Amino acid sequence: MAEPMKIRATMAGDTADIKVLMNHPMETGQRKDAKTGQLVPAHYITEVTATVNGAAVLKAGMGGGVSKNPYLGFKVKGAKAGDKVAVSWVDNTGDKRTDETTVG
Amino acid sequence: MNALRRNVLKGATGAGAVAVAVAAGLITPTRVLAGAPRSAFEAKSLADAMKGMGLPAATDSKDIVIKAPDIAENGAVVPVEVSSSIAGTSAIAIIAEKNNTPLVADFDLMGGTQGYVSTRIKMGTTALVRAIVTAGGKTYQATKEVKVTIGGCGG
Repeated sequence: MAEPMKIRATMAGDTADIKVLMNHPMETGQRKDAKTGQLVPAHYITEVTATVNGAAVLKAGMGGGVSKNPYLGFKVKGAKAGDKVAVSWVDNTGDKRTDETTVG
Repeated sequence: MNALRRNVLKGATGAGAVAVAVAAGLITPTRVLAGAPRSAFEAKSLADAMKGMGLPAATDSKDIVIKAPDIAENGAVVPVEVSSSIAGTSAIAIIAEKNNTPLVADFDLMGGTQGYVSTRIKMGTTALVRAIVTAGGKTYQATKEVKVTIGGCGG
C-alpha cells in the first residue's frame, strides 16, 4: 500500500497556495541496481489529479523524469479557507492513492 | 418504438466498450479529457516528444519565467518553477532536453488554477529546461540552461 501524501493548502490573498509531497520511488526503469547489475523495473507516478470542493483544478501527466518523492506546488484563485482539497495519483503499476486536506 | 429500442441497445454497447477500455487500462479517465498521451512521455528525443504532445510550433515568450538553479549539484533533484503571465494559460509542460525521455511532466490547469507550477525533476546532464505553455490555443515556450554536476538518471 502506498504511503500517504503530505498536502498543505494556505491562503495568500484570494489565492490558495497548495503544496503536495507524494511518497513514491519514481523509478525510471533505466537505472541499474548497483549490486546485481540488473535494471530496476520502472515504477513511477503517471497521473496526478487535484480537486477543490470536487471540481478539478489540475491534471498532471508525469514521466520517470520527476524526482523521487515528487513535489508539486500550484496556486488556485478563488478558493476559500475551509475548502476541501483532494489530490490523487496513479502509477504505472496501477497503484493509487488519494489524500485530502482543507484550506487553512 | 423498435427504432428507439435499437438506439438504446447501440448506446449501451458503445458505453460498455468505453468502460472495458478504461478497465483494461487502455485509456485512463483523465487522459480521455486532455493532456499529452503516454507515448509522448516515452519519446526519446525532444522533437518526438513535441510531436507526441501534438502541439503546434511554439513561439518564444518573455511572459514565461522558469525558476531553476544555474548549477544543480545533484541532478536527481532539480527544483523547477514555471510561471506564465500569459492570459488564459491552460497547460504547462516541462521538458529536460537531454534526458533519455525529455518530457518530464505536463500540467493541465483549470477552474481558477493560475499559470504556475512548481516541482522537482531529474536531469541526466547539463541541458536546457524548456517550458511549453498553451494559452488560448496557441503555444509559447521559454528555456533556461541548468548545469548539472552529478547526473540523476544513471546508476
